[in-house]
Amino acid sequence: MWKTILRRVLILIPQLFVLSVLIFFLAQFMPGDALRGMIGPDTTPEQYAILRQIHRLDDPWYVQYGTWMEGILARGDFGRSVTHKRPVTDIIGERMMNTVRLSLLTTLFTYIIAIPLGIFAAKKKDRFIDKSIMFYTFLALSMPTVVFSIINLFIFGFRLRWFPVRGSVDAMAAAGTLEHAVSRLHHLVLPAVTFALLSTISIIYFLRNEIIDYDASDFVTTARSKGVPENKVYTGHILRNALLPVAGNAGLIIAGLFTGSIFIESVFAYPGMGQLFVTSIVGRDFPVVNTLIMFYAILTVVSYLVTDILITIIDPRIHIK
Amino acid sequence: METNAWKVMWREIRHDKLALLGLILFVVTVVTVYTWALTIDQSAAAIVNVRNMNQPPSRTHPLGTDPGGRDVLEQLVLSARNSFNITFIMTIAGAIIGILVGLLSGFFGGHLDNVLMRILDFYAMFPALMLIIVFISMIPSYSVVTFAVLMIVLWSWQGTARLIRIKTLQQGALDYVSASKTMGTHPLVISFREVLPNLVSIITSNFTLNLAMNMGVETGLTFLGFGLPFATPSLGRLIAYAQMPANMTNRPWLWLPAALLIFLMMLCVNFVGQALNRAADAKKRMV
Repeated sequence: MWKTILRRVLILIPQLFVLSVLIFFLAQFMPGDALRGMIGPDTTPEQYAILRQIHRLDDPWYVQYGTWMEGILARGDFGRSVTHKRPVTDIIGERMMNTVRLSLLTTLFTYIIAIPLGIFAAKKKDRFIDKSIMFYTFLALSMPTVVFSIINLFIFGFRLRWFPVRGSVDAMAAAGTLEHAVSRLHHLVLPAVTFALLSTISIIYFLRNEIIDYDASDFVTTARSKGVPENKVYTGHILRNALLPVAGNAGLIIAGLFTGSIFIESVFAYPGMGQLFVTSIVGRDFPVVNTLIMFYAILTVVSYLVTDILITIIDPRIHIK
Repeated sequence: METNAWKVMWREIRHDKLALLGLILFVVTVVTVYTWALTIDQSAAAIVNVRNMNQPPSRTHPLGTDPGGRDVLEQLVLSARNSFNITFIMTIAGAIIGILVGLLSGFFGGHLDNVLMRILDFYAMFPALMLIIVFISMIPSYSVVTFAVLMIVLWSWQGTARLIRIKTLQQGALDYVSASKTMGTHPLVISFREVLPNLVSIITSNFTLNLAMNMGVETGLTFLGFGLPFATPSLGRLIAYAQMPANMTNRPWLWLPAALLIFLMMLCVNFVGQALNRAADAKKRMV
């Protein structure tokens, strides 16, 4: 198995290379000057020319690409943000924790909602409760993320005033206090629940089908005919087998959440990486945009890989290739 | 027992009340929107009239007016038509490319399959929506056509291609294909005239579910300002009015109808898609 993992990691390197060349090439067509992050109103044309020389901006783009890559690989230096006038890594680092918090809480809510619903739907197959749960999955499937976010923000944020309507933490709360932590959680709940209600669909379907399949499988029939009590058959034989792959899919869900964060963070004005991406695009801040795209690409492939590895560990019958 | 795939699909829809209702509602809405849009004088509808701005729903303006004083109902109809147009074009083009790539890749295998699969693998790691946003903000005066091309190339065909490839591989292992091969039928004839008709129900259900998904994605991108151009009325643009707190709380007539319309349309299409999905798999059929 380790051999195949190594091979897949090695395949990633050319893919990431092509992607990085592509986005760097695109950045060349972007209007705006890469030095805007360093010059002020009192910079003279001579100083500007020297700066251009130091940063080798007059080189052809592939030479610049080499310098950029060298900075990343040798010093972990992703360049400077044009609008924030600070290193890209600092800015993304600040935002990353917000998105990680949102994704973790969303994943938690997703599982809390999806697992009981999947189990109930399977247990009451084709009955009213199953049909209601399936109807809910249709609603969730048909609801664009922005529409659901706006409606929830409208009802629970503006009308009922249960939750704050923007930001990640109350500016009045001092860092490190309990109040600060509570305020942070308070800001997270509405976007996380909104997002979770939409991302439960695949887990519910999967769990429901798994349980129904296992319920009719030979080893369950054997257990029942041996006289194993029904609730033991259910927890020990059916649920145990059906739940494990669901747990293994966490990686894919988290990867999906990171992409969806572009929409959800924009609506809730939540200062995470998705919102940073949108504001950086609008502000033509290409060093930040480039780095974010590379980050999302790596995150996607790593979570696919981790999911595959987890599934083989959970279910030894499956081999990845 | 010869059963036509279309008959099976229609039977499945007819027996599923929600799917039938969804189909009727969808067709009625699309026909209404397209015919209504023909009667609207577009240049007159676009004229800004500040004296009429942000009026609540009234007898003359059933859905009120927008910040430019334009009638929201008219804007909604035009927007719906534009959003439907782009979604249909994107989904149809995606289906055609996806079917071609999947069929050729799955049927001929070898180097062709290898190359096409590496391209698909590359797309899989590719943050497609982010790159679409980058392209759109980069192209100086992009139009509806540029947006459509970007969505088709970067977004719409990959899933279909994977699905059709797998299904073609399964068909290729069946006896009728080997028999046809031994009889010396041309490979292109086998793949398009003999394998493809067997995939009709899968293609249709995949197409329907993609249609709903693409509607949502187009709305999301346009909402963020990276979709249809600013001058083109679209549902995402109407929903984006809600980004201003004043519009969200005090003027729901601006964004709520568009939000509900897109949700209702996606729901209808998904109900139909689910029925078609069952029709494509003999084990899951209800009738």
